[in-house]
Amino acid sequence: MTIRRRLPFSPWHLALAPIAILFGLPFAWMAISSFMSTAQINRFPPTIIPGSLHLEGWETVLGGAEFPRWFLNSTIVAVVTVISNLIFCSMAGYAFARLKFRGSTTVFLLILATLIIPFQITMIPTFIVMHDLHLSDTLGALIVPNLVTPFGVFLMRQFFVNLPIEVEEAARIDGCSRLGVLIHVAMPLAKPALATLAALTFLVSWNELFWPLIVINTDSTFTLPVGLTTFQGAHSIDWPAVMAGNVLTALPVVVAFLLTQRTFIASLTSSAVKG
Amino acid sequence: MEALAPTVAAPPRRRLRERLLGEHPTAWAFIAPAVVIILGLTIVPVVWSLLLSFRSADLISASHAVGFGNYKALVHDKALGAAVRHTLIFTVLFVPLSIAAGLGLALALDRRIRLIGLYRTLILIPFIVATAVQGVLFSFIFDQRFGVANSLLHRFGLPTQGFLGDPSQALYIIILIALWGSIGFCVIIYLAALQDVSKELKEAAAVDGASRLGVLWHVVVPQLAPITVFLVVWQTLTALQLFDLVYATSRGGPLESTVVIVYYIYLQAFQLFHAGYAAAIAYVVALVLIGLSALQIIYRRWRVAHP
Repeated sequence: MTIRRRLPFSPWHLALAPIAILFGLPFAWMAISSFMSTAQINRFPPTIIPGSLHLEGWETVLGGAEFPRWFLNSTIVAVVTVISNLIFCSMAGYAFARLKFRGSTTVFLLILATLIIPFQITMIPTFIVMHDLHLSDTLGALIVPNLVTPFGVFLMRQFFVNLPIEVEEAARIDGCSRLGVLIHVAMPLAKPALATLAALTFLVSWNELFWPLIVINTDSTFTLPVGLTTFQGAHSIDWPAVMAGNVLTALPVVVAFLLTQRTFIASLTSSAVKG
Repeated sequence: MEALAPTVAAPPRRRLRERLLGEHPTAWAFIAPAVVIILGLTIVPVVWSLLLSFRSADLISASHAVGFGNYKALVHDKALGAAVRHTLIFTVLFVPLSIAAGLGLALALDRRIRLIGLYRTLILIPFIVATAVQGVLFSFIFDQRFGVANSLLHRFGLPTQGFLGDPSQALYIIILIALWGSIGFCVIIYLAALQDVSKELKEAAAVDGASRLGVLWHVVVPQLAPITVFLVVWQTLTALQLFDLVYATSRGGPLESTVVIVYYIYLQAFQLFHAGYAAAIAYVVALVLIGLSALQIIYRRWRVAHP
């Protein structure tokens, strides 16, 4: 109690502030060093607070052909994947929640069961399938396997099951088809679930490294995580450029997270609470 | 309602079709994309992988059957043994440390004080950023010559270290990076669960004269048990499947000191083109992972049945 009286703030800050800084500091260092010159970094011991700012790293990254291309590829894959998941997971989730058809439970359980199947046992055959479909080494190989995800189907089904059915019945009596009800009634009500699904799908798609690494060989088809790790291997001395590329890769996710924190946190916790 | 108007004109036709087939055509049209993609690219590959694991295949030329050859070989594979050892060291340290730190931080962060939102955000951001970004960032921080870690050691007069370049340190540095990157996940899961811990129970215990620590230990922590079980399983699955961070930092080196199981599978399948052998290893690992998930599901069922 004596400490609390003497401090103008809660004593918890003494523990939490240093820890929070420890988590944030590497990012500050990443941003700062992207504005350093290689000479400033190649000094030993390295500079921690640079005296002057340099743009060479950013010029290498933004002026070159590679990073803008990778950024575009990552964006294409993420946008297509998010949109297709919103559509297909809603359709499947809605069917499992509302439509009565033979095999409904079996198929749903089968889809649910795939959640526990690890990627390592499916990746080799999936690689061969992509090759046979002439999709390997194209963005299609990154999009097709993720067009619709089991977790998304599960998430949307749970939402639609808990949605009051009365509104939909009114539209049905008015002669609206199932698709009409889904588009005009159910999906507008499902905005929170759709936002959760979109955030999670974007996060997973943007950050994915393992699968693109396997299925993509050509520089111009890389996404940012693959491009970044390859670039680092090839330019291990040019740390300012590597860090600029790192900032570029991290920034969209961080900005999206800061703008819609609630949605992101809901999507991350949904796996634990409902999964 | 304008959009609904046209369909109103023709309800009888739809009713006839529905009377004959029910909602089957609509339902199957709705689930078709999910069935084709999810079952086609998961269930089919699961069977395919199993068949592949009994063959000698290189992804390109025709394969031939080898019976249990791949499975017999993996038992005697010393490099695989080392990869298993590295994975287990990682798991044994990563799982308890991330969960303990996550619980501690969540309890500390579960209060209304100024800046609390900022603290939560800072702790969570490493988790949402790509593992590739984490790995490349820490390759720089722990760079032997140009890294800020050695710079700080030097400034405090301590001997500089090899870090990711030192076979005896690299795996532990990777564990450290993984902890930095995933404690935030444990924190938000616990924070969400803490909102559901019964206030009445906490207050009742306090009224009965329990100390704050006593309430925490005897009331709050037991109520978090289901979430802790979930996190133990989830973090273990994550740890056993470690790949991205190794690829983005050490690529298995130095001297293969950070080759973990999934990295070894990747090398076998896509660098050495021993697809059949890789499938066999993947199958053994997958059975362990599926077993863990099944345990978690059984526990949850049991928990629901015995509240």
